[in-house]
Amino acid sequence: MLTARRLGKRYGEKRVLRGIDLALPRGGFVVVTGPNGAGKTTLLRICAGLAQPTEGTIERQAARAQVGYLGHEPLVYRELTALENLELYGRLYRVPERRERIGMLLERFGLWEARHDRVASYSRGMTQRLALCRVLLHEPELLVLDEPYSALDEAGAELLDAQLAELRGERTCLLATHDPAHVRPLASGALALST
Amino acid sequence: MTYVRDVGALARKDLLLELRARDTLPAMLLFVAAIFVVFHFALPGTPSKLETTGFLWVAILFTALLGLGRAFVPEREQRTMDGLVLAPCDRSAIWLAKSLATLAFLAAAEVVALPLYALFFHGLGGAAVAAVILADLGICAVGTFLGAMAVVTRARDLLLPLLFLPLAMPIVVGAVGATVVDSPGRYLGFLALYDLLFAVVCWASFEYVVAE
Ligand SMILES: Nc1ncnc2c1ncn2[C@@H]1O[C@H](COP(=O)(O)OP(=O)(O)OP(=O)(O)O)[C@@H](O)[C@H]1O
Ligand SMILES: [Mg+2]
Repeated sequence: MLTARRLGKRYGEKRVLRGIDLALPRGGFVVVTGPNGAGKTTLLRICAGLAQPTEGTIERQAARAQVGYLGHEPLVYRELTALENLELYGRLYRVPERRERIGMLLERFGLWEARHDRVASYSRGMTQRLALCRVLLHEPELLVLDEPYSALDEAGAELLDAQLAELRGERTCLLATHDPAHVRPLASGALALST
Repeated sequence: MTYVRDVGALARKDLLLELRARDTLPAMLLFVAAIFVVFHFALPGTPSKLETTGFLWVAILFTALLGLGRAFVPEREQRTMDGLVLAPCDRSAIWLAKSLATLAFLAAAEVVALPLYALFFHGLGGAAVAAVILADLGICAVGTFLGAMAVVTRARDLLLPLLFLPLAMPIVVGAVGATVVDSPGRYLGFLALYDLLFAVVCWASFEYVVAE
């Protein structure tokens, strides 16, 4: 699904990634770890197609429509409601039976009651839950999740655990985290980055 | 067809954001009204039609610039450009939708500004209104494109006018020409050609603006 060879990225003089090899087969689940500033986000952005490597090659067997990317930013509009945000992405991703799918996800992530509230009024954890809804909305083949557990409470983390377990094997997943023990039961591979 | 729907969804989002935040249109309205009031008191005696036409276009251009500078603010402040770029729609749809939304704000500002101009200075003929419409198209097409380029840089507030004003000079020349001469056909044709040319260029190359 995703193959990276000798991947490198530099910002000006600064070398962020160097010589990364990554093979993520269809249905695989690779966990990326590393200290702050190791380049996890940089690698995931390259894998999602948001950035270009400066060295090496990356091959992705998933079209843009098949990628679900969760970054540090929720990528939702604060002045819009949860429903309006998901409506927008649902339209852009041409999600079939959009309303039902959106309702189901909001329900599952405990945001149904707050669906008509502006995201600006959401707590950080609620915003993260909405970001997860956004990522899962179009049922992507390839999930690229950058610290998906951040800001989630225990219940939220359990919801995400259940969701990932459900998709395990069916979908491909690349996940960066500071708590690899938590997702170890799901992982098929690991990649440790160092500064 | 899906392209039209993508543009519709994106433009609808911009209108909705403006409706909620009211960041752009009130500022444009206040600005253009203030310019006319200041001109009215700053100009000695009764200025000729030729002179006030120049002021009209100065007012329109800078009001547009105000709107263009704010066009990508939601995307910048909330970093949602990544979300739009990742979506499977054609990237030019992002440009087209943003241009249409900006055009709507500019047109709304002008609906107030033009009668105000007529009240303070001179009436406007059909050719002038046609020139305004054609100029708006060009301004929004080019300005949105440059706005997207400028928004990723640190000096965006400086860069947008710096890039936009030179490129807008042909619009000013064509629009002033169409407003003041007796047979404005050639000037209007020139404006239409400018719009077409730049719209095609922006449409075709927007992909490269949003690529990293
Ligand atoms: N746009 C950029 N320009 C310059 N340097 C950058 C840019 N983006 C990231 N970096 C640098 O690249 C390095 C890796 O950053 P990255 O965000 O990928 O780390 P990370 O592993 O995700 O860290 P964290 O655990 O804090 O999220 C950092 O040293 C950072 O300063
Ligand atoms: Mg990171």
